[in-house]
Amino acid sequence: MADHAAAATGSTAAVLGRREDGAMVGINRRSRYIAHAILILGILVVAFPIFYTFVASTQSLQTILRPPLPLLPGDRFWDNYTTAIFGGIGRIGGVGVDTLLFNTTVVALGIAIGKIVISILSAFAIVFFRFPFRMFFFWAIFITLMLPVEVRIMPTYKVMVDLGLIDTYTGLTLPLMASATATLLFRQFFLTIPGELVEAARVDGAGPWRFFKDILLPLSRTNIAALFVIMFIYGWTQYLWPLLVTNRNDMNTIVIALRKMVSFADADTEWHLVMVTCMLAIAPPVLVVLLMQRWFVRGLVETEK
Amino acid sequence: MSPRVVFPNRMLPYLLLAPQLAITLVFFYWPASQALYQSVLREDPFGLASRYVGLDNFRRVLADPNYINSIEVTAIFSVATAALAMSTALLLAVMADKVIRGRGIYRTLMIWPYAVAPAIAGMLWLFMFNPTMGTFAYMLRATGYNWDPLLNGPQAMTLVIAAAAWKQISYNFLFFVAGLQAIPKTLIEAAAIDGAGETKRFWTIVFPLLAPTTFFLLVVNTVYAFFDTFGIIHAVTGGGPGKSTETLVYKVYNDGFVNLLFGSSAAQSVILMVIVIAMTAVQFRYVEKKVHYG
Repeated sequence: MADHAAAATGSTAAVLGRREDGAMVGINRRSRYIAHAILILGILVVAFPIFYTFVASTQSLQTILRPPLPLLPGDRFWDNYTTAIFGGIGRIGGVGVDTLLFNTTVVALGIAIGKIVISILSAFAIVFFRFPFRMFFFWAIFITLMLPVEVRIMPTYKVMVDLGLIDTYTGLTLPLMASATATLLFRQFFLTIPGELVEAARVDGAGPWRFFKDILLPLSRTNIAALFVIMFIYGWTQYLWPLLVTNRNDMNTIVIALRKMVSFADADTEWHLVMVTCMLAIAPPVLVVLLMQRWFVRGLVETEK
Repeated sequence: MSPRVVFPNRMLPYLLLAPQLAITLVFFYWPASQALYQSVLREDPFGLASRYVGLDNFRRVLADPNYINSIEVTAIFSVATAALAMSTALLLAVMADKVIRGRGIYRTLMIWPYAVAPAIAGMLWLFMFNPTMGTFAYMLRATGYNWDPLLNGPQAMTLVIAAAAWKQISYNFLFFVAGLQAIPKTLIEAAAIDGAGETKRFWTIVFPLLAPTTFFLLVVNTVYAFFDTFGIIHAVTGGGPGKSTETLVYKVYNDGFVNLLFGSSAAQSVILMVIVIAMTAVQFRYVEKKVHYG
């Protein structure tokens, strides 16, 4: 368990260097206790903002508006959560959190799956075929790394308007599906596949499609899972893009809707519902990270190479 | 690259590349070229006609005190965020490297904020520290400190830095833990046997050997602070109070969408493009070095 990170980075030195019992020379019991104490403190600091919001999400609006907030959850859990999810929230035109969660799930899944499909096909073409302008196309994909949305905000918005993609799921996902990182990752992996495998497939009469489906895809399973976790979180946490391409309240992602709900100037912000929405915006990607931790760590390390 | 066994198809590879290329052309290259083109044009106030003005937009942007201000804001914000997030993560990673029991649990409990959207990270901190209902704001005020990040620039800056760094700790932690595990334990044990204490061992052996990881994280954290934190600024401060938290990316957005200064916004986009290209170049140069190192 403890050596996941080391295994993920492929550092055998770490695995070999550690003694059987895991103890190290020169670290005494006392300094180990201090280490535990600091780690626990660190975890409390890291977790506290979310715990605070969770507590707030179970309180009534009146309690929230009268600081200090109690340290333990209140009794409004069901009331608040059902109101936010099914009742709709006034400040964003009565749209319920169920709609927002649906939109965000569509966006995150769309982006993650789209990126993986598009990139694996590109990498397949670049590694297993020879054709004019092959490297030109490779660099064309690579250079998009240097053109994030932030450096082309206005003209990209104009393209979206011209194509009629504002307030559509296509607009929210399609432009984010190109991925230099994923293409590079798959290319790197495909290059390690021995040529004999391709040769064998060809001798057996398998065409490129058959080779892709029966050999390449099964071999790429681990990479796909790792990439999926990272891209799902990437899609879920998008901010600037959904801010640009959605106007209608019922097309917002949950993060953008949350921004619209909050106003410190107005007295009518429904804070208890804001807190609930906040928790619901955090929960799905956190669950994905926790449940797919192995793939997550791997994906994180791989995509940064 | 060694000659590979390949498939002989002629049309198929183009078909396979088509989706990716179509998206990059329509949504990346075309808009980027438009940004370049518009950066040398100026529109009249009614948006009816535009004329070529050469590098005039750039000259104006770089002479604009507001732009200089947002460069300073971005610099302070990035350096502080990277320093805070990295030093906290390094401390925790070093501690996690020492313990034997519970490593897996510590790691699990440390990594999940990675999944929190930056904008939401900002809001979480605002909930705790906003003057209307934040418990910590309440406590700060109870001590007599005049805390109001909605009106006080440096306080607003502190808040967004804390939120941005908080969100990034988990990422840095993972990489530092991996980096620490890659350091041969024999080196450290040898130093321990020679009588070097823990602190000495850290600064003379561990820290220098971690340099590649640290440098890599420095680049990643800077990129994060430059670009990914737009959500935090937009959701928490809106660049304010005044222009005290207006970062470069926020200013491009604001000048384009709110103030409708297209020429200026395009020129700023181009400047940002140059910054990204420089950062990416540094990142990839470093990655090549890492290969030699490992």
